[in-house]
Amino acid sequence: MSNTITSQEQDTQVVHEAHGEHHHHETFITKYVFSQDHKMIAKQFLITGMIWAIIGGLFSVLFRLQLGYPESTFPWLEDLLGHWAKGGKLQPEFYYALVTMHGTILVFFVLTAGLSGTFANFLIPLQIGARDMASPMLNMLSYWFFFLASVIMFSSLFVQTGPASGGWTIYPPLSALGDASSGSKIGMDLWLVSMAMFIVSSLLGGLNYISTILNMRTKGMSMTRLPLTIWALFFTAVLGVLSFPVLLSGAILLLFDRNLGTSFFLSDIVVAGKILPNEGGSAILFQHLFWFLGHPEVYIILLPAMGMSSEIISVSSRKPIFGYMAMVGSLFAIAILAFLVWAHHMFVTGLNPFLGAFFVLLTLLIAVPSAIKVFNWLTTLWRASIRFTPQMLFAIGFVSMFISGGLTGIFLGNSALDIHLHDTYFVVAHFHIVMGVASFMGMFAGVYHWFPKMYGRYMNQTLGYIHFWITIIGAYLIFWPMHYEGLAGMPRRYYDFSMWESFKMFAGLNQFISFVSMIVFAGQLLFVVNFFYSIFKGRKVTTTNPWGSNTLEWTTPIRPGHGNWAGEIPEVHRGAYDYGKDGREFIPQTEAVGANESHH
Amino acid sequence: MTEIFLIAIAVMIFVVIFQIAKASEYVSVLKGEERAKKQTNKINAFMLIVFLVLGLIGCWWCNELYYGKTLFPQGAASEHGQKIDLMLYITIGVTGVVFLITQVLLFWFAFKYQERDDRKAYYFPHNTKLELIWTTVPAIFLTVLVVFGLKYWFKMTGEAPKESIIVEVTGHQFAWEFRYPGADKILGKKDYKLTKGANGLGVDFNDPASLDDIHVAATMHLPVNKPVKLVINAQDVIHDVGLSHFRLKMDAVPGIPTTMWFTPLYTTEEMKVRSNNPNFVYEISCDQMCGKGHFSMRGVIIVESEADYNKWLATQQPEYYTVFPDKKPKPAGDVVPADSTKKPIQLSAILPSGK
Repeated sequence: MSNTITSQEQDTQVVHEAHGEHHHHETFITKYVFSQDHKMIAKQFLITGMIWAIIGGLFSVLFRLQLGYPESTFPWLEDLLGHWAKGGKLQPEFYYALVTMHGTILVFFVLTAGLSGTFANFLIPLQIGARDMASPMLNMLSYWFFFLASVIMFSSLFVQTGPASGGWTIYPPLSALGDASSGSKIGMDLWLVSMAMFIVSSLLGGLNYISTILNMRTKGMSMTRLPLTIWALFFTAVLGVLSFPVLLSGAILLLFDRNLGTSFFLSDIVVAGKILPNEGGSAILFQHLFWFLGHPEVYIILLPAMGMSSEIISVSSRKPIFGYMAMVGSLFAIAILAFLVWAHHMFVTGLNPFLGAFFVLLTLLIAVPSAIKVFNWLTTLWRASIRFTPQMLFAIGFVSMFISGGLTGIFLGNSALDIHLHDTYFVVAHFHIVMGVASFMGMFAGVYHWFPKMYGRYMNQTLGYIHFWITIIGAYLIFWPMHYEGLAGMPRRYYDFSMWESFKMFAGLNQFISFVSMIVFAGQLLFVVNFFYSIFKGRKVTTTNPWGSNTLEWTTPIRPGHGNWAGEIPEVHRGAYDYGKDGREFIPQTEAVGANESHH
Repeated sequence: MTEIFLIAIAVMIFVVIFQIAKASEYVSVLKGEERAKKQTNKINAFMLIVFLVLGLIGCWWCNELYYGKTLFPQGAASEHGQKIDLMLYITIGVTGVVFLITQVLLFWFAFKYQERDDRKAYYFPHNTKLELIWTTVPAIFLTVLVVFGLKYWFKMTGEAPKESIIVEVTGHQFAWEFRYPGADKILGKKDYKLTKGANGLGVDFNDPASLDDIHVAATMHLPVNKPVKLVINAQDVIHDVGLSHFRLKMDAVPGIPTTMWFTPLYTTEEMKVRSNNPNFVYEISCDQMCGKGHFSMRGVIIVESEADYNKWLATQQPEYYTVFPDKKPKPAGDVVPADSTKKPIQLSAILPSGK
């Protein structure tokens, strides 16, 4: 036994020395731009994601302005958006462009790249005890492909005919035919190319995360001792690696249909008076390809938030997470089921009813592991000793949102009810709560919790509290009443409801929702200001383990350099959740199991 | 000017909040961090419980305000819809109970188990019995919902009754067109390549069945209490026939016709009374994003007594005569239009594509 430890020590020593050499010739470019340090790459993902979140959020405020005040004109809007808002009124095609870009940006650029790009990069090596990712080079490329995708997507905002405007799901034929929509001209090609780059980024990242977790855990860090954050990020990466290529194929086939005259998704079409020659394609085929990614995608967004909330709830409750193995098992079950439910987005496409039944069953099955997770979080809080740091409040907010949005999933997953609720505001409310707001809550929790590790300073707590309360109150005020609009059959993606006898009675509510959304957006700017202010002026961290946490990242120096641990990588002797055991507040993973320690 | 004023106010509020937050950090250092921490802990725990109480009151209030605007009070206008409403009620009941229990526990535990000097966290890492309970109980409830849901799902997506009226619905940017099969009760064949000029639907008039077909735009008439089967098409992009009062919806996909059937239970006039809205109309909304005019792709269904429906139908002339006005019988003749069996078949010479 002692022999192996010695050899391990020697190994790490060697690795460390190699890294030490690295440090010496670091320039501004290698440190901050083309960095191969996983921590710097994480920060690059985070800050790029935040910029996208501000843009995407601003878009939602702009189109909510139209929805809330369809009769009014805003002259300043024309100054801001030019011909998109002729006469101070957002034009329908650009309303749809904003809706489409809001969805694309938030789903892919913020809650996929910004969320798992940040935390997988930052936490995986630190929490498993590795000096860096398996391939720092691929990791760096992963960010730069994301950056390239961002640049292309951003440039599509400035083309004459506007960016893609067929919804983030880009269903053909609408997205395939320039004659059907101005957003399906060059803007759509840019969208597809940008997404192809994005998928490359996501695959490079995902492969790296998986191989790092499987191969580079420190001594003693068995899979069952991994913190739940790592388990969640692991399943997230597996989902991404297996499902993103399918979207890539869909995107490429769509590019062919658009530019090379193929008919994968096109058949029997007369558009703008022109009879198209395409025959034999299937528009529905694209939806299968899209949702084969699209559904796992919502778990790619949700799982990291689940993992981080689990970790933060346990740390802040000073109690072990209840049912660690059940938590891992339910993550696994969710990951498997995520691949088997995609057609529940397609119940009203004329799908074979028998096939539909299969998807109903599997979809509602997801509620079981979800219920296990919720009850385990609740039991973790039971008889705890809770510290309400901003991250803990956001983790509690995550659970609350996950419950609210998860339960409405039971309506939509049941195909008969989905016939009525499909593509109404009920769906908008459902997914914004369960994957939008909930994931944002998880992300905010993560940022407040690991900010001290990222920058060696704290974020301002008071601002954090204000941010939390604005966010949770505002999110419920915005999305809760939307369920009622959905129950009235009010369709989503409408520019104006005033001509509809069946829906126009919600004008007052729409105005209220728009008003609240502006306040909530402004509230998020508090977070942004707090974030950047604290990087430079925040209160300095003076202790290595400010939250009294068991995991390995808090055994590194306050501001870890490239290579993370100054000396050798610590050995792990226990799981990550020994809080409150044997009367001790917390027992770090590095502490050897005592002779008299109780077994549970 | 007002905008600048509003922005200035917003910026000022922002700066004030920021300054207060910064000051509070200094205050906490002065006061002693431990004491400050305890105080914020208490405040936030209290806020959580206040949020729970106000939130639940808010849910109730929201229901008071908006329940009347949902479709529940007026009831579903089709048999399928009544089943869906029943299922909705049951699902709302089940999920409502779970929602209440879990949210109350979440915020109550958070409040009750806030950090205190006199109490330590209880070490409780797992308990197999508890975990089994909350695996099996949700599984049982879900099984019930699935069985219930699938029973209705198969009924709704099943074959339409034989006596159903058939109406073809075609969506294009940004309007709805309807075609009735006429006296022979058979819709004539279509070929999208024939779509040209007056023949907007691409009907193949070589098919004798198409000669008596009636084509109307924007407004569909249906008799009450008779099953109707919609055959749904799209010409350009995917649309969706959304019938919220009947609780139904089906995509219109170019190249892949879909179907949907239902039985309207109330005439438009009856619904005016039921919904307490003298302007009530059955509206067809496009429920699948289809381009810039998506929000204005509106159709209307007039449900009327069978007698009124037949009266209306009799006033409609077959599309054949709109496309080929010269073939229209002279008004003197009073001939019942479109008896397809007696029509000459050698029309191909005058047809647009000569197919």
